[in-house]
Amino acid sequence: MSFLNISHLEKSFGSLRVVKDFNLDVEQGEFISLLGPSGCGKTTVLRMVAGFETPTTGRILIDGQDVTGFKPNARKIGMMFQAYALFPNLTVADNVAFGLKVNGVPRAEREARVTEMLKLIGLPELGQRFPFQLSGGQQQRVALARALAPSPRVLLLDEPLSALDAKVRVSLRNEIREIQRDLGITTIFVTHDQEEAMSISDRIVVMNAGIADQVGSPFQIYNRPTTRFVANFVGTLNSFEVTVVNSTTLEMDGQMVTMAEPVTAEPGSRITMAMRPEALRLGRADGFETVLPAVVEEVHFLGSVIRVSARMAGTAIALDTFNRPDMPPPSPGQTIEIGLSGKHAFLLDR
Amino acid sequence: MTRLFAWLALLAGCIYFALPLIGMTEFSLKMRRGVYSLDAYRKVFEDPSFWATFGYSLTLAAATIVVGVLLVVPTAYWVRLKLPQARPYIEFVTLLPLVIPAIVVVFGYIRLYNTSSILPLTGSAIGTDFLLTMGYTTLALPYMYRSVDTGLRTIDVATLTEAAQSLGAGWVTILAKIILPNVMVAVLSGAFLTLAIVMGEFTMAALLNRPAFGPYMQLLGANRAYEPPALAVIAFAITWGCMGLIQLVTRLAKHERAKA
Repeated sequence: MSFLNISHLEKSFGSLRVVKDFNLDVEQGEFISLLGPSGCGKTTVLRMVAGFETPTTGRILIDGQDVTGFKPNARKIGMMFQAYALFPNLTVADNVAFGLKVNGVPRAEREARVTEMLKLIGLPELGQRFPFQLSGGQQQRVALARALAPSPRVLLLDEPLSALDAKVRVSLRNEIREIQRDLGITTIFVTHDQEEAMSISDRIVVMNAGIADQVGSPFQIYNRPTTRFVANFVGTLNSFEVTVVNSTTLEMDGQMVTMAEPVTAEPGSRITMAMRPEALRLGRADGFETVLPAVVEEVHFLGSVIRVSARMAGTAIALDTFNRPDMPPPSPGQTIEIGLSGKHAFLLDR
Repeated sequence: MTRLFAWLALLAGCIYFALPLIGMTEFSLKMRRGVYSLDAYRKVFEDPSFWATFGYSLTLAAATIVVGVLLVVPTAYWVRLKLPQARPYIEFVTLLPLVIPAIVVVFGYIRLYNTSSILPLTGSAIGTDFLLTMGYTTLALPYMYRSVDTGLRTIDVATLTEAAQSLGAGWVTILAKIILPNVMVAVLSGAFLTLAIVMGEFTMAALLNRPAFGPYMQLLGANRAYEPPALAVIAFAITWGCMGLIQLVTRLAKHERAKA
């Protein structure tokens, strides 16, 4: 049985159902991200696991124990908040020690644990400072130490990086992941930032309108989205209306595309085929058997990558190509050839 | 020109407020004929009734502050955390003591808690003291509630509560260790305002027949010439002292944080 089991979880506020039949199994030590747009119910799920919201129906089991009816302070859960939530009247050391003190840990043991935690987050010398004397990144590190100090069974992270600037956000998310891996603590991370979720998660739950649309590894979510919502929400997507020729071939603007996986739709029917921008090639290339003309509309130079926006087979598309100093990008208005392969395409059926 | 008018307005205001006080203070120093002296103040301080009534009111003020804090801090906290929709009603209720005269409240108390009622609080000194404390708490409610509510507005009550809960803290711990220390300056502001109100209150104490400082000041005013203004100066000093303490505590709190 999984370490954290959420089954048939539902939450309604009045007549509004914000979480619908949510199911999730999390293994011990796993890092799971709940990813989705604002209002999709991801924070509500997290808050129900924490005990701050009562589920309308459903169960939450931690290590085999049904905690659905438990108060938040009885669940042995650590939590990090977007707004840091450090206690302003306590020093950094007292903040970290708070959970230990509340749980009756003896003073000597408490002090040793605080020292250990402050070392873990790389702020061993800041124990006597107050929260307002720390930067945002430092405050969130202290919040992490405080959440981890009582050795919680599950660590919940409610968009902890959202309030930080881009550079700190990247370094702190790597630190959180490193610490999580070292301690082997089961973690649920709520974010609306797909890059964040992709970069640190073992698995991602993409949520849409209260439903878990897809659960999978970042690789699966990005490369094999199972719903149109996931495909569109995660990364940039090019979608084309194509006609089914047979179980392996599709027709796109007069050109044939051979799919790697069998097509189940009836021959002659119209379906949607999708490809990521990096799956398209500028010009002809080996392995990219289908070539179509396109007119360049815009070119965005992003440093290592160049994004070309063009119109191909009547559809606006985006194409990503690596920057090559010996090969300048095409210009807007220019007609180019774009290569594609069915190996890199996937079909969207719902 | 505008600047000149501003200064003139300020000067007029100062004269309007300061002149009666200066006059009163000067009069209180004229007990001995022909020279300024502190005789009136000496007489006041030598009067055992002064100390008895002052001590009594001070004790009741302390009790009122304790009751006020115990009543208002959890209420304001709970309203902010769980019942934000009830805030307008709570605010309305806390404002009622400003529109309902103390005499109405105290007559209500006497009717409800007289010796022939089910709860005959006025039948004993301690019962009447309790009643008076409750009355003072009611009178101080608008000030105490507003101070605490303003203090709570400066912190993220919901997130701090959830953070403490996730660490295993119960309601009492959260209130005592997290919420109260973070609104202490606001609570102290409310407490000093309560002290100032209780020290000068006359109606309730007189009608409940308790030996408080307010009725003592009134009694002295009716029978003496120089002592009443001296007493008024003392009462003003207490009030200003309280205001000064509010400022001091506010500054010290900031200072302590900056220093740490």
